[in-house]
Amino acid sequence: MKKKINILDSNVFYTFLAIIIGFIIGALFLMVAKVSPAAAYGKLISGVFGKPKYMIWTLVYASPLIFTGLSVAFSLRTGVFNIGAEGQFVVGSLAAVFVGIVFKLPPVLHAIVAILAAAAAGFVWSYLVGLMKVKRGNHEVLSYIMFNWIAFYLSNYLVNTELLHKEGDGEATKNVMDSARILFPEGLRNALGCNAANWGFILAVLVAVAIWIIIEKTTLGYKLKAVGFNKDAANYGGINSDRSILTAMGISGMLAGVGGAVQLLGMGARISQFAGQEGFGFQGITVALIAGSNPIGCIFSGIFYGAMKYGGSKLTMVGAPEEVIDIIMGCVIIFIAVAQVFKRLFKSFGKKKEA
Amino acid sequence: MDNLIMNLGLLINATLVATPPLLLAAIGSSFSERSGVINLGIEGMMTMGAFAGAAIGLVVGNGWVAFLFGGLAGALLAVIHAIVCIQFQADQTIAGTAINFIGPGLALFLSKAIFKSTDTPPLSAAQKLPKMFDGVFEAGSFWGNVLNVYTVAYLVFIFAFIAWFVFYKTKFGAHLRAVGEHPEACESLGIDVYKVRYTCVILSGFMSGLGGAFVTLATINQFRPSVIVGQGFIAIAAVIFGKFSPGGAMKACLLFGFCGGVKSIITMSNVISPNLISMIPYVVTILALLLFSGKNHTPAANGKIFVKSK
Repeated sequence: MKKKINILDSNVFYTFLAIIIGFIIGALFLMVAKVSPAAAYGKLISGVFGKPKYMIWTLVYASPLIFTGLSVAFSLRTGVFNIGAEGQFVVGSLAAVFVGIVFKLPPVLHAIVAILAAAAAGFVWSYLVGLMKVKRGNHEVLSYIMFNWIAFYLSNYLVNTELLHKEGDGEATKNVMDSARILFPEGLRNALGCNAANWGFILAVLVAVAIWIIIEKTTLGYKLKAVGFNKDAANYGGINSDRSILTAMGISGMLAGVGGAVQLLGMGARISQFAGQEGFGFQGITVALIAGSNPIGCIFSGIFYGAMKYGGSKLTMVGAPEEVIDIIMGCVIIFIAVAQVFKRLFKSFGKKKEA
Repeated sequence: MDNLIMNLGLLINATLVATPPLLLAAIGSSFSERSGVINLGIEGMMTMGAFAGAAIGLVVGNGWVAFLFGGLAGALLAVIHAIVCIQFQADQTIAGTAINFIGPGLALFLSKAIFKSTDTPPLSAAQKLPKMFDGVFEAGSFWGNVLNVYTVAYLVFIFAFIAWFVFYKTKFGAHLRAVGEHPEACESLGIDVYKVRYTCVILSGFMSGLGGAFVTLATINQFRPSVIVGQGFIAIAAVIFGKFSPGGAMKACLLFGFCGGVKSIITMSNVISPNLISMIPYVVTILALLLFSGKNHTPAANGKIFVKSK
């Protein structure tokens, strides 16, 4: 029998379909709100591609999302669902803000130490959940959710402590020292027209490639995938599945933690007290799903989400509520989640036609 | 001494204010979880209910009608969750995450579209839910403080009792518990697994919507982006902590509601950071998870995909 490469078999096709459906649903809501979808989506596109500096901004927005996306994608490849990237992102930025404010180190080294601290914090935050899973059999999704909220309130608490809190009023930490920032040199930033242009995106691409190599080209990656594919078979084949799961969850947490550092040292410079979760971790779930859990794919889906966030922030100019982005992205997740059903449907339809 | 009793009264009152939204959502969540469908979208459904409650309250002017519509708004999101999870067998955790994007997104979107702001205008007393003993006790007296709560705050405990009754004393309850443990066996006995699960998931959305609407129609008098922050997840925590039974969930909600009460009182006096108190429900649930482990209370088919055989 001839093996045809069918477009209907390709996951990429369904992902694009999901995105298109998401935009159509978004358009319907815009029409309900009496905003022209053409005007809103036009603004979204011109807001991202209109000027070179807009594209730089998009990459700045994308950088932390690529990290949380990688974090979730890496966990999914091992059969674990890191819904806790949100919390790991928060503890990562907390560690980085601590190093950035308290330590006195020369430039470059300071930033590296801050990022490593964030990586360690994210690692531990996720590893604890891993221990609960492996040692006590607690499902990771529930523990991760609890850890997310503990991290959220921990951050709001620490922001107001004497050590970190900025002088005067306002519920935020001091700014981290300039030596800890990962900004491009001032001349380059001015040339790019983006005062927050930073090394985060380049770091994200490098890490994505590294993660791809780990998953696809190393024994560790092979073991992790084997456990994700079939835990019992992997165990039988001599792989210690518990240790693999712990490693995967630790690395996954580390990636989200670094994402927190990149956002902090690149863009924000300080942490504020928040009324609600910021959502970088949850957005990472979307990034990973759009990428089909492929690390390289996360770069592109991260840029896509970054563009949606940055472009979305300009939607108010045409009178469109920016929350339409959340609606679109939520719909995209749902349609990617049910893509398998579409796949079956289309295939059975195709078969009937052949017969 | 008088002062102490007075504060005790305020504390009980604050607990009675903080518990209902959690308990309503937790009752709903226990139905969904026990029928075998994980519903992580409770938070999004509560936010939608909170907005719909406030919006309908402003338009219609009747708190009870608005409360009901809050429930319906939550149920509407739950219908999406049910179709995606039951009919299309999608990953329930991921679907719930999507609901948590859509619910708050839609609520804020509609608020901006209708009221031109993320906050709705404040509701007048007549547009809110009524208080049962309004004016019966002297304002500021012990009983005046304790019972200065909305009628729904008492109703929720009756709801919890009804939920317990449905769970353990009715045929539907037996079916829903069985469906969450062993759907295949249920199907062979002629139980319509999909129908039971649809009912439970939509009910969970309705109850969550009511919980959200309680916040805007009773506790606070308007919808703002920050009215629902974590209550949905505390409700899920309460269900886990309460070992997946309505009675257990009620006790857990009272405990977590008490934390919420302590928090709202302490915020005024500045003794301990309210942020640390806010952590308690989550920390306690983690500890409970660690202690319970070994004895598994999670319904066996929870989160597992079930495909009808025909």
